[in-house]
Amino acid sequence: MLQLIEDIGFAAVRFVAELGRITWFAVDVARAVFTPPPRIRAFLGEMFNIGVLSLLIICVSGAAVGMVLGLQGYNTLVRFAAEESLGAVVGLSLIRELGPVLTALLTTGRAGSATTAEIGTMVATEQLDGLRMLAIDPVHLVVAPKTLAMIAAMPLLSALFIVCGLAGGYFVGVALMGVDAGSYVSSLQNAVDFRDDVLGSVLKAFVFGVLIGLISTFRGYTCQPTSAGVSAATTSTVVVGSVSVLLFDYIITALWGV
Amino acid sequence: MNRSPRRDLIVGLFVLAGLAALAYLSMNVGGLTFRNQGGLVLYASFDEIGGLKPRAPVVIAGVKVGQVVDITLDADYRARVRMDLRRDLKLPVDTSASIMTAGLLGDQYISLQVGGDDRLLENGGTITITESALSLERLIGKFIYSTDRGGSNEAKPSSTGGER
Repeated sequence: MLQLIEDIGFAAVRFVAELGRITWFAVDVARAVFTPPPRIRAFLGEMFNIGVLSLLIICVSGAAVGMVLGLQGYNTLVRFAAEESLGAVVGLSLIRELGPVLTALLTTGRAGSATTAEIGTMVATEQLDGLRMLAIDPVHLVVAPKTLAMIAAMPLLSALFIVCGLAGGYFVGVALMGVDAGSYVSSLQNAVDFRDDVLGSVLKAFVFGVLIGLISTFRGYTCQPTSAGVSAATTSTVVVGSVSVLLFDYIITALWGV
Repeated sequence: MNRSPRRDLIVGLFVLAGLAALAYLSMNVGGLTFRNQGGLVLYASFDEIGGLKPRAPVVIAGVKVGQVVDITLDADYRARVRMDLRRDLKLPVDTSASIMTAGLLGDQYISLQVGGDDRLLENGGTITITESALSLERLIGKFIYSTDRGGSNEAKPSSTGGER
């Protein structure tokens, strides 16, 4: 019994210590971002890896989610003869919740895990120590561009996800189910507000970008220098990243009042 | 790291596509407009606006000419509605505004009936002739009340007829 309480206490202390470490890590990254010279080439390369290479999965998933929303929404709304509101249903669900959250989850799996594995392998093969020997700060050269690229790419990917979803919902609702095109678009436009919905959506995507950018690089940077350590760190990125995205989604929704 | 024009081009395209998606969501879907771009601003006070909300359309003869921007309560406890209308609109001072409902349970909007006066409403002017929102509940209440009374009125003569 005492052992159990001790274990709980240890877990709590470890959790808080971990929070402290990742906060200091975030401070280091932020300082590195503003330290000259800016690593523009490295940043662009990471934008390519994280943003461009995630485009396909984001667009296909967005369209699929939009189509499902269109179908489910239509089947429910048609019972109340309210299928004109389909645009509002698809648009609000995508913009408020599904767009940012699903984009963040997909990007965690697609790019966050890769980031952790890459930095983790650098740790395991002592490449980061090699950089330090050359008096190059690995946070400045390796970590900060990746984090920054994740933060910059997330709102863009989320917006593309939402637009693909709207197109998917339009396709199912208007082309397949025969909802009037004008009422789909006008119910969408009437329901969506700029500040409440679109700004909230961008804010969510931005916060998720910060979260995943920091978690994935932190896990890689602090991983055990073994192959098992790299694999554990990658797993941890996906688990911790996904859970914190969902938790923060609730917090932002509650605070922003969406 | 070397410059690679192809990759930079693709990243640039990605950023532009993302920004275009954001702009589409904000401007077209989200209805973000730049305030006071020279449009006609009019006010109207209503006793009862029902479920009228900001961004509700303002129409003339069913054609959308602007939207509701702001709803406040004025000193007489009436609802003061600010409308941003198309710039080229020339409305006489005896134009009236009424709150209508699209369909039985649809969204509410403001319909303007253009008057025939020679003088025109100025920018920032107030429409004085207004018609409040039709409240379905009140209407049903009235209907029940009137049928009740009508029923008792009918019952009276018949009962008195029975006594005779």
